[in-house]
Amino acid sequence: MSIPNWKPLFLLAAVIAVGCAIPFMVRAYTIEIFILFMINLILVCSYRIPATTGDWSLSHVVLMGVGAYTTALLSKWFDLTIFLTVPLSAVVAGIVGFIMVTPLIRTRGFGFFIASFALGELIRLIWIKFRYPFGGPRGMIGIPNGELGSIDFFEPMPYYYFVMAVALICLIIMYRIDQSRIGKTFTALYTDEGLAESVGIDVPRYRALAFGLGAFFAGIAGALLAHRLGAVDPKNFDVTTMVYLIIWIVVGGTTTFWGPIMGLILMTFIFEWSRPLLEWRPLLFGGTLIFFLVFLPGGLDDLFFKIRNKIMAKKSGAGVSDVAS
Amino acid sequence: MDLALLIQTIANSIVAGSIYAVIAVGLAMAFGVMKMANFAHGEFFMAGAYVVYVFYALLGWPFPIAVLMAVPIVGAMGIITERLIFRPTRSNVLAGFMATAGLAFILQVLVGQAWGVGLMRSVPTPYMGAADILGAKIGWQRVLVVPVAIVMLSCLWYFLFKVKYGKALRACAQDPDTARLQGIGINKMTMLAMGISGASAGLAGALMAPIHPVTPYMGHGVILTAFIVVVMGGMESIAGAVLAAVLLGFIHTFVTTLSDAVTAQMVGVACMAIILIVRPEGLLGRVKA
Repeated sequence: MSIPNWKPLFLLAAVIAVGCAIPFMVRAYTIEIFILFMINLILVCSYRIPATTGDWSLSHVVLMGVGAYTTALLSKWFDLTIFLTVPLSAVVAGIVGFIMVTPLIRTRGFGFFIASFALGELIRLIWIKFRYPFGGPRGMIGIPNGELGSIDFFEPMPYYYFVMAVALICLIIMYRIDQSRIGKTFTALYTDEGLAESVGIDVPRYRALAFGLGAFFAGIAGALLAHRLGAVDPKNFDVTTMVYLIIWIVVGGTTTFWGPIMGLILMTFIFEWSRPLLEWRPLLFGGTLIFFLVFLPGGLDDLFFKIRNKIMAKKSGAGVSDVAS
Repeated sequence: MDLALLIQTIANSIVAGSIYAVIAVGLAMAFGVMKMANFAHGEFFMAGAYVVYVFYALLGWPFPIAVLMAVPIVGAMGIITERLIFRPTRSNVLAGFMATAGLAFILQVLVGQAWGVGLMRSVPTPYMGAADILGAKIGWQRVLVVPVAIVMLSCLWYFLFKVKYGKALRACAQDPDTARLQGIGINKMTMLAMGISGASAGLAGALMAPIHPVTPYMGHGVILTAFIVVVMGGMESIAGAVLAAVLLGFIHTFVTTLSDAVTAQMVGVACMAIILIVRPEGLLGRVKA
C-alpha cells in the first residue's frame, strides 16, 4: 500500500473550508462577484490546455458562448434541468471545438491565432444573423436559473455552492490532465515539435485533443454563466471579452497550472478596485497587458519562479561562503 | 438587379475597395518588415478621423488641410508604437499583437475621455452633391476616395521601388540579416515601416470621417476587414493586399446589396478562414519555408 500524499489533500480541504465560509461573511453582491470569479476560473484554466501546446486561440470566448447558447436553447425549448444542461453544453462545445480545430490544425502560431479569430467570428455572426433560434443581435433572455428540489438557484447562496462544486470538479480534472501523460505530451510538443514527432507523438491529434478539451471546459463555464445571467448576448462573446481573457492569462503566465489562476485573482482585484474609475478601466487593463508583455513575458508565474531561484541561489551561495570562511 | 443598380453597386464596390486598400497596405507593410502585426490599426484609423473632426469640424480649418494633418500625426503614433511596443517584443509575433490589443483599449479610452463616448461626432460633409454616372448616384465625398487612394498607392510604389530608403525597406522585409550586413539599420527601417503604416491608416480615417460615424469604437469593424484583406493577400505582400482589397470590396458590396450586411461579413470571414487553411501564403504571398 502506498502512502497517500497528504499535502495536496490538506490544501484542497483548506480551499473547500474557506470557500464554504465565504458566503456567510460577505454581502450578497460580493457573492455574485465570487460566482463570476469561479466561472472565470474554469474559463482561464480551460484556455491554458490548448495554450500549453502553443496554440493560442482567439475563439475561446466564442466556444464559451457555444456552451451558453446550448444551455439557453436546451433549457428554454426542452425544459431540461441544470444538471443536464451543463454537461450537455460542455459536450456540444467540445464537439464544436473539434470541428473548428480540424481545419485550424494546418496553421501554427500567428496563423492559428488569426484563423481561430475568423472561425470564432463566423460562429458569432451566425448567432447575430439567425433570429430564430438564436435571437439575433439581442440574444436570448428568460433562461431559467435552475433548481435543485425546492432550492431555487436564483438565490446567490445556493448557486454559489453549486458553482463551487462544479468549479472544483473541473479544476481537479484539469489539474489531473495537466499532470498526466497527456498533459506532459502537450508541453512536449510545444517545446520541440520535431523531437516530439520523432518519438512517435501524433502532433495534430494531440493538438486537436487539447483544443477540444479546452472547448469542453469553456462550454461548462458558458453554461454556468447563462444560468446565472438568465440571458445570452452575442456581444458578451466578442473580441473585447477575449482580450480580457488574454490579459488574465498573460498576467499569470502559462508555465504551471497555477499561473492563470494567479493572473485571474490579481486582475479580479484590480477590476473591483477600479470600479470608481469605470471609464478608465480598459486603459488600466490595456496598460497592464503591455507592461507584462514587454517587461514580464512569462507572467507572474515566471516571476515567482525567478524569485525562488534567486533565494535558493543566495542560500546555497551563503552556505558555500560559510564553509570557505 | 437592373442596370442602374448594377452600376451603382459596381461603383460602390470600387469606392469600398479603394478605402480597404489604403487601410490594408499599411498593415501588410508593417507585417512584411519584421512581422509587426498591429491590432491597433483600426484605432489609428479612428485617430485619423478624430484629427479631421478636431481640425475641420471644431477649429474650422479647410478640409484638405485637416486630412493632410492626419498623415503626420497618426504616422508619429505609429513610430511611437514601434519604439515602445514592437521593438521590445520583436522576438515574438503574438506578444506584439496582443500588446497592441492593449494599445487599442488605451486609445479608445483616451479619445472617449477627450471628446465623449456617447453620440457619434458629426463631421459636416465638405463636398455636397453627387456624381451621376450612367444613372448611378455617388456622393462626391465617396468619389474623392478613389483618386486619393490611387495617388497614395502610386506614391508608395514609387517610394518602395525608386527611392533608396524604400529599397532598403524592401531589402529588410526580404531578409533582415542580409540587409543589416549591407549597412541598413533595422531599427530605422521598422520605425519607417510603422510610420508609413500609421500614416496610411490615418489618411483612410481622415477621408472617411465625413461619411463614417465617428466614435471611439469605429476601429473595431475596420480591423476585422483589414485583417481579412491582409490575410487574403498573403500577409506581407503589398500588391496582394491591394488585389484582395478590391476583391473584398466587390464581395462585401455585392453581398450587402443582394442580402444583408451580416451575411456580407460572414462571407468575408469565411473567405479569410478558407484562404488561411487551404493556401496560408495568400493570393500573392511568397511561399514560406
